[in-house]
Amino acid sequence: MSSQALGESKLHHHFETYEQQKETSFLGMWLFLAQEVMFFGGAFAAYVNYRTLYPEAFVAGSQQLDTTIGFLNTLVLLCSSFTMVYAVWAAQNSKGPKKIALGLYGTIFFGGIFLIVKYFEYGAKFAHHLVPGYNFIPPVQDIPHAESTEIFFALYFGMTGLHALHMIVGMGIMAVMLFGLHTGKSWAIWDRKNHNFVEGFGLYWHFVDIVWIFLFPFLYLLGAHPPSF
Amino acid sequence: MSQTTHGTTAEHEFPKEHYLNAAHGWKSWLLTTDHKRICILYLISVSVFFAIGGMYAGMIRLELVTPEGDLFQPDTYNRVFTMHAVMMIFFFLIPSIPATLGNFFIPLMIGAKDVAFPKLNLASWYMYLMGSSLALFALFKGGVDTGWTFYTPFSTTYSNSYVSTVAVGIFINGFSSIFTGVNFMATIHRMRAPGMTWFRLPLFIWAHYATSLIMVLGTPVLAITILLVGMERLFKFGFFDPALGGDPVLFQHLFWFYSHPAVYIMILPSMGVMSEIIATFTRKPIFGYHFVAFSSMGIAIIGFLVWGHHLFLSSQSVYASLVFSFLTMLVAVPSAVKVFNWGATLYRGSIAYTTPMFYALGFLGLFTIGGLTGVMLGTLGLDIHMHDTYFVVAHFHYIMVGGALFGYLGGLHFYWPKMFGRSARGFFPHLSALLIFVGFNLTFFPQFILGYLGMPRRYHVYPEEFQVLNVMSTAGATVLAIGYALPVFYMIWSLKRGEIAGPNPWGASGLEWQTQSPPILHNFESMPVVTEDPYTYHPPAQEGAGQPAAAHSAS
Repeated sequence: MSSQALGESKLHHHFETYEQQKETSFLGMWLFLAQEVMFFGGAFAAYVNYRTLYPEAFVAGSQQLDTTIGFLNTLVLLCSSFTMVYAVWAAQNSKGPKKIALGLYGTIFFGGIFLIVKYFEYGAKFAHHLVPGYNFIPPVQDIPHAESTEIFFALYFGMTGLHALHMIVGMGIMAVMLFGLHTGKSWAIWDRKNHNFVEGFGLYWHFVDIVWIFLFPFLYLLGAHPPSF
Repeated sequence: MSQTTHGTTAEHEFPKEHYLNAAHGWKSWLLTTDHKRICILYLISVSVFFAIGGMYAGMIRLELVTPEGDLFQPDTYNRVFTMHAVMMIFFFLIPSIPATLGNFFIPLMIGAKDVAFPKLNLASWYMYLMGSSLALFALFKGGVDTGWTFYTPFSTTYSNSYVSTVAVGIFINGFSSIFTGVNFMATIHRMRAPGMTWFRLPLFIWAHYATSLIMVLGTPVLAITILLVGMERLFKFGFFDPALGGDPVLFQHLFWFYSHPAVYIMILPSMGVMSEIIATFTRKPIFGYHFVAFSSMGIAIIGFLVWGHHLFLSSQSVYASLVFSFLTMLVAVPSAVKVFNWGATLYRGSIAYTTPMFYALGFLGLFTIGGLTGVMLGTLGLDIHMHDTYFVVAHFHYIMVGGALFGYLGGLHFYWPKMFGRSARGFFPHLSALLIFVGFNLTFFPQFILGYLGMPRRYHVYPEEFQVLNVMSTAGATVLAIGYALPVFYMIWSLKRGEIAGPNPWGASGLEWQTQSPPILHNFESMPVVTEDPYTYHPPAQEGAGQPAAAHSAS
């Protein structure tokens, strides 16, 4: 099984043990994620602010989004997390570069589906005159602050756009990892002792998923009951 | 003290192998991952931006010599004070101590070979370089006229200056801060030498840990704020535009959520330097070590909860303002703990009046003035009178120059022999410290009075009765400029001609003084083992001759 005949994983010169290297690397990743939480936190603060100011407009905005597509896309993203976990497991247990690569390809595949669906969702907004600052026409007129539905869509595009950007960056990093795996680069030898890159990246990918787990109810579900109720 | 060092340095030879000659050529500098070399890269770059910011300060003071606006058009003046602040805050003060002295000394003080992520450390310098280059580009194209606070909707809707370029520059520069913060926290957690427990860490380390916490948790909020502003300018998203239902006060909340804690990014590392200098030159452990350590953390944490005191005159509710006013006064408590403990450390210490100690003593007085006027401004009623006057300008310059910059300069003089193996001391460093102290007070003390009398900030014309105080301020700025210029000469001179320092020219405790100066590439010959508390100073008999005997027999 373990076809790791390529060589030993790397211990960098300034660490004493693999254990120290691993702990340091994960601590750094968690700190980076804490930073990401604050980053998205600013956008969520803006969301809370405007939702409090214009509740009716935000409900009207939510009702323009397709909850079914949003739900299916959530499932797709969860699948990508599963394949990511597979890659991390393969690295942690010295299962060899092929299995790590398989997990990464799966993650890129599901991430790609998510982004393609998102592309069509965005396209529909352009068609329905729901793009703020470009062709926006408020979908419902007889509510207080009807024009502020535009702010909802500004937040929709801003927050889902930043989320998609994080996914694209993640897919770029996975492409680099796959390149390293296929060409047998010394930094891409991941085994029981040093799988920090794969696991650290896994943390990042799951974080990006969790952001979507918050975005989905905030944007799609809150107040999204059918108008006939 | 000085006799001790003179007595010992004569015997030292300049080390043959050290980090400066471990590799040669421009690639060995631009692609280095050695924290000590990255410190020097940062040192050169922040000095350039300090000089640029200083020139803008000179232009401001020159305009304000006369009551009329005879040097600049109003719009030009707006650009001048904005660029002064942008250069000084984002590209000098925030990276100044952490990226230079912090970078160099955190691994040395905890007995590590390098920071936790050396490549990230280099990446942080490149991010700084990219961000600052964009800001420089905007500067040459005409600059920004919004004030460094970039308040909306002026910055998003009306301003025709290079807001987007500078905003992108600051955004990229934010990565540099975040990388540094992540790096320092991981380093302090995981790279300590055997025996270096949390409460054996020098207070410099505690201060940088607290600073890093703010860098990691605060900077991303500024990043998202800039992105929202960017989306508004590029796509007309209207987050902050009242005409589109946006809320300009939300911008102020988000902006100050970072930018108030950013003040603590500037002052906390300086406080760390103060603890090191004061302990060394009183030859005593810092009084109340644990309190000083925790007060750094206290300042960092409470500092996150006070941003609303910048919004007393916005539409923020009175009840929120009351809470923010209370929390603002609360942050004075850990700050005062530090000042009192340093004072108590001085008491019956064997004080040596070296150049770093001049800066430390200057810091104590100036920071206290800056801090107490901050409490005055945190008082709801008084702030309405003082808001946006020169009183505020004087207050934060006492913190940022009298506090942060004094710590930076004191630290630079203190650590210079360790960094380069040669000392810069004697008449000119003393003279420079004196000129900076006198010049600083002459520049900014009159501004307290001007502000109290009602002169608003950011105006290039003023009533004639304010002229005397403004001329005093400009005269002080001139003295200050001479004080700043002197180190450029004597410090560069000392690189070649300064006396050879030896491993421990100040007779200080701490791991960083046990290795040679300048240190070898991997800092220590063998992994150091820590067996005693920080700032352990032994009686003079063990330290060598030359101690003032009277002071020691008294203590």
